[in-house]
Amino acid sequence: MGRGLIWAAGVLVAAFLLAPILAILPLSFSAGSFLFYPLPGLSLRWYRDFFGSDFWLPALWNSLVIGGAAAGLATVLGVPAAFALWRLRGALRAVVLGVVLAPMVVPVIVVAVALLLAFGPVGLVATHAGMIVAHAALGVPFVVVTVLASLEGFDAVQLRAAAACGAGPVRAFLRVCLPQIAPGVAAGAVFAFATSLDEVVVALFIAGPAQRTLPRQMFAGLNDTISLTTAAAAAMLVVVSVVLLLVVGWLRRRAPG
Amino acid sequence: MADPLVRFAGVRKTYGAGGPAAVQSLDLDIARGELLTLLGPSGSGKTTTLMMLAGFEMPSAGRILLEGRDIARLAPHRRGIGVVFQAYALFPHMSVAENVAFPLSVRGVSRHDQGKRVAKALAMVRLEGLAGRRPAQLSGGQQQRVALARALVFEPPIVLLDEPLGALDKALREEMQLEIRHLHQRLGVTMMYVTHDQAEALTLSDRIAVFEGGRVRQVADPRLLYDRPADAFVAGFVGENNLLPGRIEAREGDECQVRLACGPVVAAQAVDCGGVGEACLVAVRPERVAVAGVTASDLGEGALPAVLIEAIFLGDHVRLRLALGDGGEILAKRPAGIAALPEPGGPAAIAWPEGAAFAFRVPA
Repeated sequence: MGRGLIWAAGVLVAAFLLAPILAILPLSFSAGSFLFYPLPGLSLRWYRDFFGSDFWLPALWNSLVIGGAAAGLATVLGVPAAFALWRLRGALRAVVLGVVLAPMVVPVIVVAVALLLAFGPVGLVATHAGMIVAHAALGVPFVVVTVLASLEGFDAVQLRAAAACGAGPVRAFLRVCLPQIAPGVAAGAVFAFATSLDEVVVALFIAGPAQRTLPRQMFAGLNDTISLTTAAAAAMLVVVSVVLLLVVGWLRRRAPG
Repeated sequence: MADPLVRFAGVRKTYGAGGPAAVQSLDLDIARGELLTLLGPSGSGKTTTLMMLAGFEMPSAGRILLEGRDIARLAPHRRGIGVVFQAYALFPHMSVAENVAFPLSVRGVSRHDQGKRVAKALAMVRLEGLAGRRPAQLSGGQQQRVALARALVFEPPIVLLDEPLGALDKALREEMQLEIRHLHQRLGVTMMYVTHDQAEALTLSDRIAVFEGGRVRQVADPRLLYDRPADAFVAGFVGENNLLPGRIEAREGDECQVRLACGPVVAAQAVDCGGVGEACLVAVRPERVAVAGVTASDLGEGALPAVLIEAIFLGDHVRLRLALGDGGEILAKRPAGIAALPEPGGPAAIAWPEGAAFAFRVPA
């Protein structure tokens, strides 16, 4: 009885979370032209439309380039930050951790306005570099959190052992520590990529026409022309996100400890 | 010591301002080719001393000389000292061979030479067949050998070992003690070994430095340390000892007469004690206490009457607890099956050879 209730509640919550996402997927295969059930028939016309359009393809390309570069930058910045935080103790650690994780908790709209004001004078608005830096800032906390978690399973005495073998701090980190926390680093990079992939608020503020990402274009698409190509784009974002989540899960299982 | 390999000169280590010193004014030399053990209870400063030589702790004052050069402020990876850690600290993502090759690859040794030297080092610790294994696939003793090979492979002037056998069971520990001793003798490499186990220290060492409360109490070879302890702490910490409280009645140079708190007056060597009237501890090794189930007079002059409390049979020897005088107790160790022993509860006589008893100041 109790077990049945728990199952029922679980299924309801899952349905609540997944139903809107699942609802959009069949629509992308509709043969008709409207966001409407029942489907008049099945076709791949909206996918054909997506891959034949110079409205969507550059946006997909932008999303991949900006997401990849932002994830790379966030990883390069986040891994050393996590390492330093791991070695810090006491009040200083709490303060630094708070600052590093701030982009996670500050409302994105605030970040977006701040970035617009900050980027304006230095000419980073409406540039790829600007989008990459902005999305990297949003991705760093995810890298720091996942790398910190995998450092908890790393034995600090190994760094001393590496030093006793003659390795300086940088070499000790690269050859002894990094290989062992690599699954965590990769998971952090994937998270940062996913963050950039579905980010729309900052993109609305600082992306120019040449930097429009997939979510940004979907937003525009819904406003101007309600085309089911948007559903196809959404379906592809969902698939990419699911793949990324699976990758993170796989990396987690490979993590030591 | 002329031209020591390592010299600690006035080294002091305190944690935080005004805190108690973990190491207080340490002066200690390590000779080339010797195996010096730092022996002491936990918190005595022995591990801090090792960490300062390895470079993982910075002395608050003083100099640490390696081959005449002050290295007290040199980064650990520039010291070229081999270290074997308590929990081995092998690199789990590398094979045994890669672990041992690591110090060589860091030093830019060619691949070909690395292979040769790794094979030699693994043969040295009898792990030839396991080069391709991961550390997790090895037993504790094998991991210990890999750690040893990794510390020896780059031929450092000195290898530091920080309680390296603590995680092993007793039989394996004793086997590894001998193996480390033989390795040391064969290679002639200088070693500094830290342990809290006095039997281990006696087994391994050329010399032992006994630490207590951040100070070195005595530095001596194992036999001298055991036979002529410098103070009551060393007497009690190294090997077993009876420490009987008493008061000095007469003193003449190195000889003194002590009235034990339990009554009898005994002769002792005045090693580190005050003058007449001062309190002291008389140390007598249990194995030097002779016991007979007869009256005291039969053991000759200086024999004391005692009562056997209990006899504990331990195979090769018997431990005898004896009541001495008024409320005193003394432990005796006799080889099993050699002499007739008194019955528990029965009268006995005890005696020890001249020079077997030492009088020490009572530790503060």
